[in-house]
Amino acid sequence: MRRRIGGALFRRPALRGFSLLSPPVLAFAVVYIAALVALFVSAFWTVDPFTSLTVHSWTLDNFRQLWSEPTYRHVAIRTVSIAAAVTITDAIIAFPFAYFMARLASPHMRAILFVLVLLPLWASYLARVYSWRLILNSNGLLNWTLDQLGLPAANIAYTNTAMWIVFSYIWLPFMILPVYASLERIPHSYIEASRDLGAKGGRTLRSVILPLALPGIVAGSIFTFSLTLGDYITPVLVGGASSQFIGNVVYDSVNQSSNLPFAAAFAVVPLAVMGVYLLIARRVGAFEAL
Amino acid sequence: MRKPMWALLSVLAVVLAFPAAGVTKQHGGTLNMIAWEGYTQPQWVKPFTKKTGCVVHQKYGGSSDEMVTLMRSGGGGQYDLVSASGDASLRLIFGKDVQAVDPSKIPDFKNFSRVFQSPPNNTVDGKHYGISLQWGPNTLLYNTKKVKPAPTSWSALYDAKYKGKVTIPDNPIQIADAALYLMKTKPSLGIKDPYELNKTQFDAATSLLKKQKPLIKKYWALASDEIDLFKNGDAVIGASWPYQTNTLVAAKAPVKDVVPREGATGWLDTWMVSAKTKNLDCAYKWLAWISTPTVQAQQAIYFGETPVNSKACAIMDKLSKGSCAQYHANAPLRYFKQIHFWKTPIADCGNGQKNCMDYTKWQQAWTQLKG
Repeated sequence: MRRRIGGALFRRPALRGFSLLSPPVLAFAVVYIAALVALFVSAFWTVDPFTSLTVHSWTLDNFRQLWSEPTYRHVAIRTVSIAAAVTITDAIIAFPFAYFMARLASPHMRAILFVLVLLPLWASYLARVYSWRLILNSNGLLNWTLDQLGLPAANIAYTNTAMWIVFSYIWLPFMILPVYASLERIPHSYIEASRDLGAKGGRTLRSVILPLALPGIVAGSIFTFSLTLGDYITPVLVGGASSQFIGNVVYDSVNQSSNLPFAAAFAVVPLAVMGVYLLIARRVGAFEAL
Repeated sequence: MRKPMWALLSVLAVVLAFPAAGVTKQHGGTLNMIAWEGYTQPQWVKPFTKKTGCVVHQKYGGSSDEMVTLMRSGGGGQYDLVSASGDASLRLIFGKDVQAVDPSKIPDFKNFSRVFQSPPNNTVDGKHYGISLQWGPNTLLYNTKKVKPAPTSWSALYDAKYKGKVTIPDNPIQIADAALYLMKTKPSLGIKDPYELNKTQFDAATSLLKKQKPLIKKYWALASDEIDLFKNGDAVIGASWPYQTNTLVAAKAPVKDVVPREGATGWLDTWMVSAKTKNLDCAYKWLAWISTPTVQAQQAIYFGETPVNSKACAIMDKLSKGSCAQYHANAPLRYFKQIHFWKTPIADCGNGQKNCMDYTKWQQAWTQLKG
C-alpha cells in the first residue's frame, strides 16, 4: 500500500506538489480567508440592545451609522492621517540611514548598525511606549533638557503629536530594512555610468538612486502604514483627550457594548484603505522589494 | 513505521485522558469567578479552599462592560460568580445572567449596614440578586501645591483655571458625575437621580462634558495612568478613587482627596451567582466566607475600599491602625446618603416613566464625546 502511494507520487509531480502544499494552503484558507469572510459577513448583522445577542438579519445599518455619524469619520480620518504622517517621517529618516548602511559603511560598521536597528525590536513594545511617556511628560526628560537650555517647556505629552513621535520611533526598523535591501541591490556600475554621463551627486540621487529605491520605500511604507493603522495601544497610553483610533472604537464596541457587528463594520474601513494602498503599491513595483 | 506511530498515539491518548479524568473528579468543588483584580487574593482564597474544599479559578475583568460580556460569552455558564459593580449588576439581572440568592444562608448578612442589605443595584422587587461586598466613593483628587485654595466643589473640574491639567475616568458612567453636579447646581433641570436622566437632562450633562473637554489632559483608562499623570505633573486635579490617593500618598506625592459638597458617585460591588452555575453549594460557601468580618477587613485594607459588614471595623484597626476611620467603615448614615452608588442606566425612570436614556445611549454619547 505504502509502496503504491509512493509510486503514484513519483510518477505524478503535480500530485506531489498538491499533497505537499495542500496542508498549508488549507490552513491559510481556514484561518485567514475564513476569518476575513466571517468579519465581512458579520458587519451586516446587528445586535439586540437589551440582550446583546447578535441578530442574524441583513442590514446596512452599521455602515449607515459609520457614514452619518461625524465622530466615526473623524476617527477614521485621524487614524489614516497619522498613519500617513508616520510613514512619511519614517521614509525621510530611514533613507539616509539605509543609504549609509548599504553604500558607505564598512562591513564591520554595517553589522553594528544592523544590530542597532534591530535592538529595539527585542524589547517589549509596551516598555518602549512607556519609556516615551517618561521622556515626554511635564516633568520628563524633554522638558528638563529644554529647561537646562533656557527654552520654554514643550507640552506634547498626551497629544496627537506624541502619538506621531512614538509611532515613528516604533515602526522605523520596518522602514529601514526594505529600503536598505533595495539600495544594496543597485549595481555600482549604474552610479558610475551616471557620473560618466556628467551627472552630479544630486542628479544621480534623483534620477538613478531614488527611482531604484522607490520600491523599497513603498514596501517599507506598507509596514509602517498598516501597523499604525491597526494599532490601538499607543493611543491609549500616550494619546490625549481626542486621540481615538479606529482600533480603539473597535475595541470599545466589542468590550463595552458587545457590539461585534459594528466593530466588524468599522474594521472593514482600514481593510479597504489597505486594499487601495496595496493596489497602488503594486503599480510602483513594491512587491519585488519585499 | 506504522506500529510505533500507533503506539505513540495511544500513549498520547492515555496521557491526555488522565488530567481530564482528574478534572471530572474535582468538578463538584470548582468555582470559576470573574473578579476585579485584587478581589481574589490568596490571603483569603487559600483558607477558603482549605476549609471548604472548593477550588477557586479566577479571571480578572478589566471593566464592568467586559465583565458583562464575559458572563454572557458562550451562552453563559462558563463562570459561576462575578464581582459586579453597580453599573453592571442591573444589566446582569435583567439579562437573566444571574440568579436570586437567599440571604438567610449568609450568617453575616445581618451584620451589614442596612443600606447595603438591599441596595437598588442588586435588589429588584425584594429579591436579592447577590450579596453586597465592598464600596467606595469616587473622589475629587487634587495636587495640594498647585490647587489653592483646596476645592470643595466639583466645579473645580469645569474651571478653565486648570485647563490642560484635568483628568477624568474614561468610562460612560462618568456622565452621572456631570449629572450629579447639575442636580445640585441647576435645580431647574429637575434631576432626581444621576442615573435616571430623560433626554433634556441627559443632553445637559453631555454638553457640560463637551464644554469640559478642552480642559482635559487625558481620559484615564487605568488607575495607574492617573497615578502617572499626577506624579509627573501632567494633571493637578481629577476624578479618582481612594486607591489612587493611597498609592500617591504612599509615594510622597502632594495630593489629597475630598468628597465635594455636592456629594459623589460611588461604586458598590456585589458577588453575583450565575444563573447556570453547577456549583451552587460552593457559591453559597464563598458568599458566606467573603462576608465574614476578617475577610471583609483584609480585602478592605488590601484594595483600599470600605467593607459592608459593620463588624469588620475592629479587625481593620487591628490589621492597620486607623484604617477603619480612614475608609469610613464606621461612618454614620449621613455619609452614605451623599454617595450615589453606580447603577446601570435603563429606560425605566423609576417614576413610572419609560423615557430615560439607557446605557447604550450613554455609551454612544461617551464615544462621541471622546471623538
